[in-house]
Amino acid sequence: MNLEEYKGVYVFAQQVDNEISSIAFELLGKAKDLAKDLGTDVTAVLIGSGIKDLADQLAEYGADKVIVVDDPELKDYRTEPYAHALASVINQYKPEIMLVGATAIGRDLGPRVSARVATGLTADCTVLEIGDFPLQAVPGQEQLHNQLLMTRPAFGGNTIATIACPYNRPQMATVRAGVMQKITPIKGAKAVVEEYNPGFTPDNKYVEILDIVKAVSNTVDIMDAKILVSGGRGVGSPENFKILEDLAEVLGGTVSCSRAVVDSGWKPKDLQVGQTGKTVRPNVYFAIGISGAIQHVAGMEESDIIVAINKDADAPIFDVADYGVVGDLNKIVPKLTEALKAEIEAAK
Amino acid sequence: MKIVVCIKQVPDTKGGVKFNPDGTLDRGAMLTIMNPDDKAGLEAALRLKDQYGAEVTVVTMGLPKAEEVLREAMAMGADKGVLVTDRVLGGADTWATSTTLAGAIRNLEYDLIITGRQAIDGDTAQVGPQISEHLDIPVISYAQNIKIEGDSVVVERQYEDRYHVVKAKMPCLITALSELNEPRYMTPGGIFDAYKQEITVWGRADLKDVDDANLGLKGSPTKIAKASDKVRKGAGEKVTLDPDESVSYIVDKLKVKHVI
Amino acid sequence: MDFTLSKEHEMARALFKEFAEKEVKPLAQEVDETEVFPRETVEKMAKLGFLGIPVPKEYGGQGCDPLTYAMCVEELSKVCGTTGVIVSAHTSLCCDPIMTYGTEEQKQKYLVPLAKGEKLGAFGLTEPGAGTDAQGQQTKAVLDGEEWVLNGSKCFITNGKEADVYVIFAITGTVEKRGRLQKEISAFIVEKGTPGFTFGTKEKKMGIRGSSTYELIFTDCRIPKENLLGQQGKGFNIAMHTLDGGRIGIASQALGLAEGALETTIEYVKERKQFGRAIGAFQNTQFQLADMATKVEAAQLLVYKAAMAKATQKVYSVEAAKAKLYAAEVAMEVTTKAVQLHGGYGYIREYDVERMMRDAKITEIYEGTSEVQRMVISGALLK
Repeated sequence: MNLEEYKGVYVFAQQVDNEISSIAFELLGKAKDLAKDLGTDVTAVLIGSGIKDLADQLAEYGADKVIVVDDPELKDYRTEPYAHALASVINQYKPEIMLVGATAIGRDLGPRVSARVATGLTADCTVLEIGDFPLQAVPGQEQLHNQLLMTRPAFGGNTIATIACPYNRPQMATVRAGVMQKITPIKGAKAVVEEYNPGFTPDNKYVEILDIVKAVSNTVDIMDAKILVSGGRGVGSPENFKILEDLAEVLGGTVSCSRAVVDSGWKPKDLQVGQTGKTVRPNVYFAIGISGAIQHVAGMEESDIIVAINKDADAPIFDVADYGVVGDLNKIVPKLTEALKAEIEAAK
Repeated sequence: MKIVVCIKQVPDTKGGVKFNPDGTLDRGAMLTIMNPDDKAGLEAALRLKDQYGAEVTVVTMGLPKAEEVLREAMAMGADKGVLVTDRVLGGADTWATSTTLAGAIRNLEYDLIITGRQAIDGDTAQVGPQISEHLDIPVISYAQNIKIEGDSVVVERQYEDRYHVVKAKMPCLITALSELNEPRYMTPGGIFDAYKQEITVWGRADLKDVDDANLGLKGSPTKIAKASDKVRKGAGEKVTLDPDESVSYIVDKLKVKHVI
Repeated sequence: MDFTLSKEHEMARALFKEFAEKEVKPLAQEVDETEVFPRETVEKMAKLGFLGIPVPKEYGGQGCDPLTYAMCVEELSKVCGTTGVIVSAHTSLCCDPIMTYGTEEQKQKYLVPLAKGEKLGAFGLTEPGAGTDAQGQQTKAVLDGEEWVLNGSKCFITNGKEADVYVIFAITGTVEKRGRLQKEISAFIVEKGTPGFTFGTKEKKMGIRGSSTYELIFTDCRIPKENLLGQQGKGFNIAMHTLDGGRIGIASQALGLAEGALETTIEYVKERKQFGRAIGAFQNTQFQLADMATKVEAAQLLVYKAAMAKATQKVYSVEAAKAKLYAAEVAMEVTTKAVQLHGGYGYIREYDVERMMRDAKITEIYEGTSEVQRMVISGALLK
């Protein structure tokens, strides 16, 4: 493998139902920074069926070039034809960096492709930067420059590792959704669009999609929510979750809960945050009437901002909250909803 | 039908992650468990065994101590256990791990391979799909509701906002979610039986069709540049105000942080 | 001498612990409060083979040793004394005598479903006028053709109304022993639903309130002749030998209660603050915990030793008596101290130690009071 041959920062531009996923724009935003540091350009790889017109949108979000793989076999996501498409693009164009969203598609496609092109893949990255490997010069080991340094949490967010892929190309990463910043779209921007079709011959690895069942909107995965309004036993009753739902609605958030609430049968298990539930990392986490047992905290302490409301001043939740309010949630939450509604109206 | 289930022994984070006084992770204080997604995968295999009849072989790669999870799997109902252990395999990233496991699985007969979606220590979700690539068989990630129809499997493949009902010819690989099922408990008698059985132990020499260049730390394309335990976030502010003041306090903070 | 458990036993403990934490603990408070028998838990345990741990596999059991069984009762009792005694009474007092004294037919008919947990077992020896003193028995069994006819009553019967199979003791005649006329006692297997077999009042107890404690009443209750368990006239030996095993079960229950109270208290004293510091920082607390932990471990060693003796010795009365005597007294002492260290909270029902202290008391009483255990132990010393 001649590493020098590999050039450019590439992004897998995920689309579903011929609509580009937000993660693709986020990746382009980051790719632009990386490309600038490397003095190279940004290429989006758009894979699907009947998707050519989407290329302009990618240009507006920062793609200098768009490679389009358009084939009827690529209508709905299936591992094999998509892996074949992306791996073929990599072998043909030789990118030095290949970014993929850490979505249900990307976390399947990424590993399959990385194994096919025989390179490393770092999962679920939260920070990407260009730097040296090793970070500090080590006697007897050549320090490589312009490496992609990929930082990711592991162990449920309890450890952080920075990983490089110094001797293989491309340097591949899947990137967590909602972490990287999109650029403000440049209206009317155009990219060089290149069509590429490696040819698709169905074999045993082409699985058959018998049915596609779209989930109804109210089953938002709490792991994807940007704002979570989470209730504990302190909410008092299933009916009283209404005040949390109102707050969530005003903020465009989702309601989640603690284990005690699930055990009491007030809310279904898929809304449970914590060790035995889901690990969430929203931008804002409201912990309302949640005492903050360690098992719960382990599932939410990675949230960017934690706001806790609890009547017990000694509740352990206050040990992790950025903003803790000691008080009666029944009095505070409805007023907070009203106040936020007014603020948001005023801002419009 | 023959089913191979890949399982991993991981530190338990369920009983509360333990920290040293300086805020770093106290790994020694944590017990090890069978990775939850893998346990769900094993349960799925055991249900297929109950329903259709199957021989279930569990495979793990790790230190000799990882034998424990094989015994546990056998106490739950798995038929055979294979431990892949060798010093030269240590320090493997997902590429080297999947290469190793594929090399072990090539020695086994299988119609179906089930892995957990991801391990709670690494959280990468990569090894399953990478094994399938090395073995050149189809993969269905994030599987729920697995059924057998003739020589094919039909599963619900989860996405963020939908699921696909997918049919794949066997042999194929499925990655299981811990939401898939509630794994069964072991039985007391099953535990004692599991310890009476032989476990197959394979080292480097037993791996089929793998290149040394792709194994262990040396064969791992990804290298750790830096690793640190995350120091836990300390407490922020705590205020006791009347309800109206509390509301303005929160609204102000959300404004400062550009949430609204 | 090796005090480490085998890997199998360690894994079995992990299993019992996980089950107890996940399935039993969440219900413990409610079971106590409502005095409702935890039927669902029993069904879950049945599915996992917890109701036939020391029964050989050919009779539907798990084929494990008495130590594994003791550890099961111990782990269950750590979180719920009620659940512990249900398993103990079923296994030690019903499965065990049928396994030891039953005919092949009796084993197939009764032991197999008992060990599989399809049926629950109980043991009826105690009567209003006779506790562990088997000679005070009043219940009579008379052979009438092909049937035994039972008349009398039994009291304080664990798993009383919930069981399906009962091992019952009754007088079948008199024998002359050393020139004195003595009651001849025999053991029988009685099925629930047999005409003439009814239940009296349900006892309202201080502790283990979810366990079903009833009076059993036999009025011209006719059971088949082949339901005689063991030889006619050997009932006293059967009862005593069964109770030796039962005491290991109760000792395990007591041990579990003490361990549960200790663990709960350790957690509590780390969190609870008084005078500006955690109460665990006070030397009084530390010394109390040290004493509690030491006694708990001593109790555990005695209990495990008795369980091992049951596996390897024909007679283990003294080992079982010592284990039960000590574990029960430690359970009472440790749970009482646990309540004290919890202060006012320890006295209210929301806190587990309150229940544990009430549950612990019975371990000094049933299946032979502490005084009876002392008699057994001293009797062997002065023989």
